[in-house]
Amino acid sequence: MILTVLLTCVGILLATSVGALLGARSSATSGCVYAATLATSATALSAACLALIADEGSASATWLPIGLPWLGTHLRMDALSALFLIVINLGSLTASLYGLGYGRHEHSPGRVLPFFPAFLAGMNLVVLADDAFTFLLTWEFMSLSSWALVMAHHRIKGNAKAGFIYLLMASFGTLALLLAFGLLAGIGGAYDFDSIRMATASHGLAAAVLALTLIGAGSKAGLVPLHVWLPLAHPAAPSHVSALMSGVMTKVAVYGFVRIVFDLLGPPAWWWGAVVLTLGGISAVLGVLYALMQHDLKRLLAYHTVENIGIIFIGLGLSLAFQANDMGAAAALALTAALFHVFNHSVFKSLLFFGAGAVLNATGERDMERLGGLIHRMPLTAIVFLVGSAAISALPPFNGFVSEWLTFQSILLSPNLPQWMLKFLVPAVGALLALSAALAAGCFVKAFGATFLGRPRTKVAENAQETDNFSLAAMFMLALLCLVAGILPGYFMDALAPVTQQLLGAQLPTQEHLKWLTIVPIAENRSSYNGLLLFILTAMAAWLGASFIHRWASHAIRRSPAWDCGFPDASPLTQYTAGSFAQPIRRVFGSFAFNAREEVDMPAPGDTRSAQFRVSVRDLVWDYLYAPIQGIVGFAADRLNSVQSWTIRAYLCLVFGTVVVLLMVLTVWN
Amino acid sequence: MLDILVQFAQLLLVLALAPLLTGYIRKIKAQLLQRRGPSVLQPYRDLLKLIRKEVVMANNASWIFRAAPYAIFATTLIAASLVPTFATGLMFSPAADLIAIVALLGSARFALALAGLDIGTSFGGIGSSREMMIASLAEPAMLMIVFTLSLLAGSTQLSTVANFIQGPDVGLRVSLAMSLVAMIMVAVAENARIPIDNPATHLELTMVHEAMILEYSGRHLAVIEMASSLKLLLYFSLISCMFLPFGIATAGQGPVAFAIGLVSYITKLAMGGFLLAVIETWTAKMRIFRISDFLGAALMLGLLAALLLFVSRGT
Repeated sequence: MILTVLLTCVGILLATSVGALLGARSSATSGCVYAATLATSATALSAACLALIADEGSASATWLPIGLPWLGTHLRMDALSALFLIVINLGSLTASLYGLGYGRHEHSPGRVLPFFPAFLAGMNLVVLADDAFTFLLTWEFMSLSSWALVMAHHRIKGNAKAGFIYLLMASFGTLALLLAFGLLAGIGGAYDFDSIRMATASHGLAAAVLALTLIGAGSKAGLVPLHVWLPLAHPAAPSHVSALMSGVMTKVAVYGFVRIVFDLLGPPAWWWGAVVLTLGGISAVLGVLYALMQHDLKRLLAYHTVENIGIIFIGLGLSLAFQANDMGAAAALALTAALFHVFNHSVFKSLLFFGAGAVLNATGERDMERLGGLIHRMPLTAIVFLVGSAAISALPPFNGFVSEWLTFQSILLSPNLPQWMLKFLVPAVGALLALSAALAAGCFVKAFGATFLGRPRTKVAENAQETDNFSLAAMFMLALLCLVAGILPGYFMDALAPVTQQLLGAQLPTQEHLKWLTIVPIAENRSSYNGLLLFILTAMAAWLGASFIHRWASHAIRRSPAWDCGFPDASPLTQYTAGSFAQPIRRVFGSFAFNAREEVDMPAPGDTRSAQFRVSVRDLVWDYLYAPIQGIVGFAADRLNSVQSWTIRAYLCLVFGTVVVLLMVLTVWN
Repeated sequence: MLDILVQFAQLLLVLALAPLLTGYIRKIKAQLLQRRGPSVLQPYRDLLKLIRKEVVMANNASWIFRAAPYAIFATTLIAASLVPTFATGLMFSPAADLIAIVALLGSARFALALAGLDIGTSFGGIGSSREMMIASLAEPAMLMIVFTLSLLAGSTQLSTVANFIQGPDVGLRVSLAMSLVAMIMVAVAENARIPIDNPATHLELTMVHEAMILEYSGRHLAVIEMASSLKLLLYFSLISCMFLPFGIATAGQGPVAFAIGLVSYITKLAMGGFLLAVIETWTAKMRIFRISDFLGAALMLGLLAALLLFVSRGT
């Protein structure tokens, strides 16, 4: 029943896409498309919530006679799909609402509107797919439709390159997944997930599948070192699409990983956890360090996605390590932490991208060095952006803290793991997680401070206007959700129980009946957290403090020029910029993490040319991984160039020779 | 019922003691320098004076600037009242464990750093930027210390940790000693004390905390000063609760135990304050980019302590 509703929603989305293609010339199309996607994602969201919470994720499957003749299309919805459907459709709902306002300013709606519903439909289908063929097809559909959206403003400098790199990485990732499914299905080629689940993979095969899945899903999610396309492509798209790509599509990639590794691949080995943990820890720290070095607001947010994906993979890796050692409750805790962070990140990352979009719309600027003081001109956007910043910085009482707290709690359970390597690795990853949380706070002080606080640095920032009501509604919805999930986390954790039950056969104790809605993941004398109580206490203390002060203290306020230690009214350009804010951290971490160089060009006295200060920050992954690969590919292409001018006889010989070699390989293999 | 009373007694106690501790440290420092120094009650007088003065606020100050002092005060106060001082088993202690207390202080710091950027002066910016750099190393170091203690005690609840350390199963532990050293380093950095920052100066280029609050005046400044005193007290309470919980009363014990707890707490504060004053008089302030070495050492000590525990756990 619910599955039928969801498939109908997907059908409507696809129909909307076709409709948008036909009606691209009309000016009313934009509103109609976003209204249609809004309605369908609201329906799909309620259906998915119903499936996860009321039905506790009981599975339902269906089969459609389309696609490959011997396979058809298998579709299935279980607890895991339901959870990710909630994430996807919550993101779609708010993005559509935001699009109602934001889309009006779109210069080339014909390049956005047909692909937007198609992108949503693609993401919904990926999590519903129940055979490898459907999964890969919809995965690629999702990639290509989002690629089209990245290329929407292809004339802007850099966007075409971003689109190219995205396409390359996406194809590479799909190729890896294709091979992974090929290995899973084996010689028999049973591509439906049920048969794959039944089969047991040997150790070597499972290792290969894990590696391929990490490449395939990791490149879509943005795991270091496969993250390079993310900070290029996410900012290039229109802002509501950036929000979807960063907040939601990366989660679909996490879904792909969880589905393959936790569900299809069979019982894990302990070292899988070690690999995933290491990648997660590195992604978390490098992601936030790269983010700190950015002064483009949307790029900064995209790099933060790398960080948060790292945090999610830390949780997943811990869960694998616990599961391999039969520590079901601990595995459930780690998986709950990871999945809760999936939800949380989709909420606050969408919110922050919407905020960045509002700023971009109001000023035409993404560069924080040219903004400032927007809190006076866009007070409501500033409030929601502040909430998002606090949430992503893992500050209580917002939701980001709860999922990080849960991750820390599961790290603290890990001394009981028997493997030595994990004993060394887990505390180190814990330190990396703590480091990335602290750096994230610094990064968002910088982002919020440079954009919204201080004095406007340019005319455009001075004359910005508050954004439209649709966008504000979408942002306030998400901001409220950040707070609610932060102060009532017990309900959200309970909703995740069917998922952990399905994947691990274990779940956390039920939280909602506990006194005062405290969350107690393991045992009461071990750890507990109550966001609601903290929120109420802090609010009361602030209120009492303020009323005490206002009752007894002087009320007088005098406005005057800033004191600034007696320096006279300086130009707004003397303010701390995003770059100067990050300077101490660049000094501390920069030389080894990204080869940061500072060059000062100070002319001699009497020389009239201006002094210059240049900072160069490099993404070392580019320099040491991609640049060599690019070199090798270029070299090989040069060498093979001569093949182009061969005669037809030479080509035929080549084809013949290849066939012979392949047949010989096959004979030897068998 | 007793729970509530103890919790509120604790809340009032930290509020009342915080300025006294600041005054006491200043007094000791002055005397170590052969000066008479102001009375230990001077911080109270300063606060009273400040709240009676008018607020002079920059023209372009936003609501962040006005709201931040109360947010900082409230989060610090709640964090301080959740750290057991004279008795464990506080009523609200299940609301926040050690990790949450560290994060609450993080919230306060976030608000303070934003307030520093709000006016758009270079001093505010320099303070915020450096504060976040220091925090980016101090917070993970702190969390590593938390890890070590909670691995030992099997809990992140402060009350449980205190009871465990008091109990017979502790023994002499290398990890504990290392994390105590790291903890002191973090506490010095977090409270903007010498050798990281100088609490007694304006107009010094390496100032951090004072640079952020440079634009504050009147009642706002009073609230912020109160919050920094509270934070200092909180770190003293944390150290005494985590490493030296001797004499601390457990929940449900009689008034005698509470009295003993109170006396031992105040004694510990007095000793700790004296030590801090001696350290501050003794050392010179560091260059700003040496701080990363200092805190990096704290982080490594914390990590090493946690690693030792992970490795020493059997099987």
